Amino acid sequence: MAKTYTPIATQTLTASAASVTFSSISGAYTDLVLVMNGQSVQATTYDNLIIQFNGDTATNYSRTRINGYSGGAAGERSTSTTSHLIGPITGTSYSSSIFSPSVTNIMNYANTTTYKTAIYRSNSQDGYVQAGIALWRSTSAITSILIKTLSGSNIATGSTFTLYGILKA
Amino acid sequence: MAITSLKSGISTRSGMVGNTLIYPGSYESIATVTVSTPVSSITFSSIPATYTHLQLRYFGGNTAAPNGSGFIYFNGDTTGTNYYDHALYSDGASATSTADANGNNLPYLLGDLNRWGVNITDILDYTNTNKYKVARSLGGHDGNGNGYVLLTSNLWKSTSAITSINIQTSQSFIQYSSFALYGIA
Repeated sequence: MAKTYTPIATQTLTASAASVTFSSISGAYTDLVLVMNGQSVQATTYDNLIIQFNGDTATNYSRTRINGYSGGAAGERSTSTTSHLIGPITGTSYSSSIFSPSVTNIMNYANTTTYKTAIYRSNSQDGYVQAGIALWRSTSAITSILIKTLSGSNIATGSTFTLYGILKA
Repeated sequence: MAITSLKSGISTRSGMVGNTLIYPGSYESIATVTVSTPVSSITFSSIPATYTHLQLRYFGGNTAAPNGSGFIYFNGDTTGTNYYDHALYSDGASATSTADANGNNLPYLLGDLNRWGVNITDILDYTNTNKYKVARSLGGHDGNGNGYVLLTSNLWKSTSAITSINIQTSQSFIQYSSFALYGIA
């Protein structure tokens, strides 16, 4: 059997940064998995991470998600947005030592026939657990991924981002 | 016990969906079925017993409404009462939970041509002959104004090792739909 699930690139922030980018992504895999453990410097309890593909900032993104928090569970939808929201992350005012894990699977990313669907699960330790599915209405192969916060605040020092490739048989 | 990647130095407990990551060398592609003409059923058979867990990754659609569901059967067992599932899902407006005592309905939301569905299913301890088998999935589809996201747990009340997986739909899987089976050491 062929071994797969290959690390493509890893970035660990040694200083806070406005964004993180994975570029020149090889089309040699079937799916991508983006594993993040992040924090926002925003002085609130939480922020959100967003991603954009191939530099596309037009309204080609949409999502459906489910949230759990101390007050209950809820659903939410966004249409024709300019980025994918891939979950909450802890803000520094909650704790400077707590980061938030998020795993996003980007399926069939290199094909040029279909729109692209990503699915994620994430949580912020101030109280949210979340899963969501997101559509990018483009048939282009994904070659770059930009990650930043929804608030525009920097991503905190120590945040880690690793991109893996999975190849089917 | 934490497992540390030789390449990245990052430690993790397992490579299940929703957990942190897989470490290189522990995740192998077993087989893939890609649909070229619509079919209502696909099967992985003669699954080797050399792994600890299986992961099934689906990307595709069906020929009917996008919310069409898939059905999963293990080892050819189609007895509904041998399966049980629980689901937590959102339609974009609210959160809902369900249970099905005849739960051979793998809550695969299949999507269609414009809202490709995805599902990632972990089948744990699939060769263990002392346990009933449990699978869990994260899946759904989004169509820019409609869609679902879904978390599920599926029980198969059998202690048999899983050697085959059959996935069916009451419609048909459309061209380009893909089912990829992986083994995790």
